[in-house]
Amino acid sequence: MNLSLNRIKSQNQMTNIYIGSALLILSILDVFLNSFFRINISGSLPGNLSIFFPLILGFLGLSYLRTEYSGYKFLDSLNKNINTTNFNAFLTLFITFAILKAFPPALSWMVLDANISGDTKEACTGTGACWTYIKVWFKRFMYGMYPNELHWRINSAFLLVIGLGFVGYFFKENLKKYLALYYVVIYPIIAFLIIYYLISGGAFGLVWVETGAWGGLSLTFIVSFFCLIFCFPLGMILALGRRSNLPAIRYISVGYIEFWRGVPLITVLFMSSVMFPMFLPQDFFMDKLVRVIIAITLFEAAYCAEVIRGGLQALPRGQYDAAKSLGMGYWKMHIFVILPQALKLVIPGIANTFLALVKDTPLIFVVGLAEIAGMLALAKTNPKWLGFAMEGYIFAAIIFWIICYAMSKYSYNLEEKYKTER
Amino acid sequence: MNNKIKRILPQLLTILFVIFVFGFFTINAQVNMDNRGIDFGFGFLSQEASFDMQFTLLDYDGQDSYLWAYVVALLNTLLVSFLGIIFCTILGVIIGVARLSQNFLIKNSAAWYVEFFRNIPLLLQIFFWYYAALRALPLPENAQPWFGVTYMTIKGYYIPSMIWENLNVFMSCLIAAIVAIIFIRIYARKIQEREGKQLPVLYISLALITILPLFSFLIGGVTLDFEMPVLKQLAQTSFIFEGGIALPPELIALVLALSLYTSTFVAECVRAGIQGISKGQKEAAASVGLTPNQILKLVIMPQALRIIIPPTTNQYLNLTKNSSLAAAIAYPDLVLVFAGTALMQTGKAIEIVGITMLTYLSISLAIAALMNWYNKRIEIKEK
Repeated sequence: MNLSLNRIKSQNQMTNIYIGSALLILSILDVFLNSFFRINISGSLPGNLSIFFPLILGFLGLSYLRTEYSGYKFLDSLNKNINTTNFNAFLTLFITFAILKAFPPALSWMVLDANISGDTKEACTGTGACWTYIKVWFKRFMYGMYPNELHWRINSAFLLVIGLGFVGYFFKENLKKYLALYYVVIYPIIAFLIIYYLISGGAFGLVWVETGAWGGLSLTFIVSFFCLIFCFPLGMILALGRRSNLPAIRYISVGYIEFWRGVPLITVLFMSSVMFPMFLPQDFFMDKLVRVIIAITLFEAAYCAEVIRGGLQALPRGQYDAAKSLGMGYWKMHIFVILPQALKLVIPGIANTFLALVKDTPLIFVVGLAEIAGMLALAKTNPKWLGFAMEGYIFAAIIFWIICYAMSKYSYNLEEKYKTER
Repeated sequence: MNNKIKRILPQLLTILFVIFVFGFFTINAQVNMDNRGIDFGFGFLSQEASFDMQFTLLDYDGQDSYLWAYVVALLNTLLVSFLGIIFCTILGVIIGVARLSQNFLIKNSAAWYVEFFRNIPLLLQIFFWYYAALRALPLPENAQPWFGVTYMTIKGYYIPSMIWENLNVFMSCLIAAIVAIIFIRIYARKIQEREGKQLPVLYISLALITILPLFSFLIGGVTLDFEMPVLKQLAQTSFIFEGGIALPPELIALVLALSLYTSTFVAECVRAGIQGISKGQKEAAASVGLTPNQILKLVIMPQALRIIIPPTTNQYLNLTKNSSLAAAIAYPDLVLVFAGTALMQTGKAIEIVGITMLTYLSISLAIAALMNWYNKRIEIKEK
């Protein structure tokens, strides 16, 4: 293949470059005009040839352009990056044309032919997406059935919790030693109280809102946040248990971890909704949301434990030996020497666990909690707004994508940061 | 003496705590079940299930027992997992290799593919395919054939079914071919160790596996017919396809979402595995005169696979567990049929959820055990 293509090349390099760029530009122009303006300059060719015409043309063009060294910076970087072999050139063209072909329809559906004005389904007259639907349902997707005039409570609760999360940065030097205590014990308790009293109300003159009304994206955050702060201590205990040299404790921890890691989350949720009530004392009522949070916490603690165990194992033995030689006991050694170092190591891993947790929370829809997937299902079946499933799911996907992508980049940065510090 | 107490006391307390928790739950469960008039037991498994399933691999109808419903549903779960694993491996390997390409465009497209599909919750992806993308497909009467004989419609994907005659002859030929190939491989390895000659094992195997089954057609009386899906009019505006095999849209949506989602993780495993091989290995192999193909086959791949396979198996396991999301779009898998319908009908919450969890747990543990065995086997044995 290579040989035969080389044979048709001229001896003069400049001629090759001119012919090659002309062919390449022609092929790209053909696809461009075809997809953006629906002008098919190669339409007169018979049958399937008109489809493959730009591909063949571009392929020939790139093979003419391929030289060891031309002296032009742009051409050389082109050759080095996307045009090294015939196969590479083919893939390059394929991807470029695919993007060129897919871009205009996507653009016109999402932006050019889309509607966003108006408040009813009838306002959507274009052939594109109906963002009016998202606009009208936006508050429902974010806050669920939570009363409209009380949304400030959810917003302020989240702002407060996030703000308190940053308090650690402003600790004075002499308070730094309490940082771990603050984040592991005090912060979760305060955050729990804030979310509980602000969002569900019932005290301080706030109206009571039952958990059935909670929903949308805010519920995703509430569930994943609570599960994270509860599963962290439990995971820590389990990780220590798994590394303990007392057989009974070790086997119980291993059994616990392997059990929860072996079952899918959905069965755990089913368990929380149908099995938990059986296991609780008579007349003892537990809210569905609380049961779900407990179930996810128990489930996620096993994953958390494995992450923390990784951190514990990564510490050099010398740390344990040094602590023991100072006469520290098991708890003293772990609290003052081992855990502070291990936990710092596992922060990226915990961030990944949290990411997985956020991606898993839409599942609570299965047991009837109206989280964002649940609200979408509700909106989709509303007789006034039938037929907009596509817009709804794309909207939810974009929101989740932004959140998860930001988190994964953040955890990646943390990983890089701690890698260099050691 | 003091030391002994220090060792025994915590263990004793933990065991007592676990016993207490279990005991508390058992007593409560007993009281609750007594109050509601339910008794504990697995007798219901032999009762008539009396519900239908949309899609089954084995024969099943409402008169069969719950146990049979469980088996059929488990097979549906395994089918989704199997298809998902195959597609996610193919996609994942391609994307993983593409991420290491020198081509700027390919590298970045692959990276964005991974970032895109990995960061959207799986449930949303399943919903997107099922409720949005597959609903945009044509009705049966407007469907255009794909590859001439298959039809992709809003009601599912219709493919021709195969009608075999003397299938067992064909199968025994196939098994004979596989057994022969295994023997030839062993023999070829012996020859290579003794004389240093390499037999063209690949070509011999390919020839065997095509020629032997072909003989069964010519001599063994095996015939193969295809039953094509045919459009049939039920009423004025209602058409369906008859004949052939119908893959329901639930199955397609699930397999699509599962394989696209998991392929991103497989791709990362593949990339990490190939990157994990030091450049020196390649250079050393080249310096002893191996050809590029031999380097890939004999030096790079065996080492890379050692890194790739354990995390990839973990992803397969995740895929199998994630296939339980089928319940959200009403694909009759284990969770929907057993933990959903059967539970609703019998009210045996503890038994049914227990069986379901135990099934997934045993799949996970079996694969984990297999993985440990494999890891032990391929471990680099240092002297």
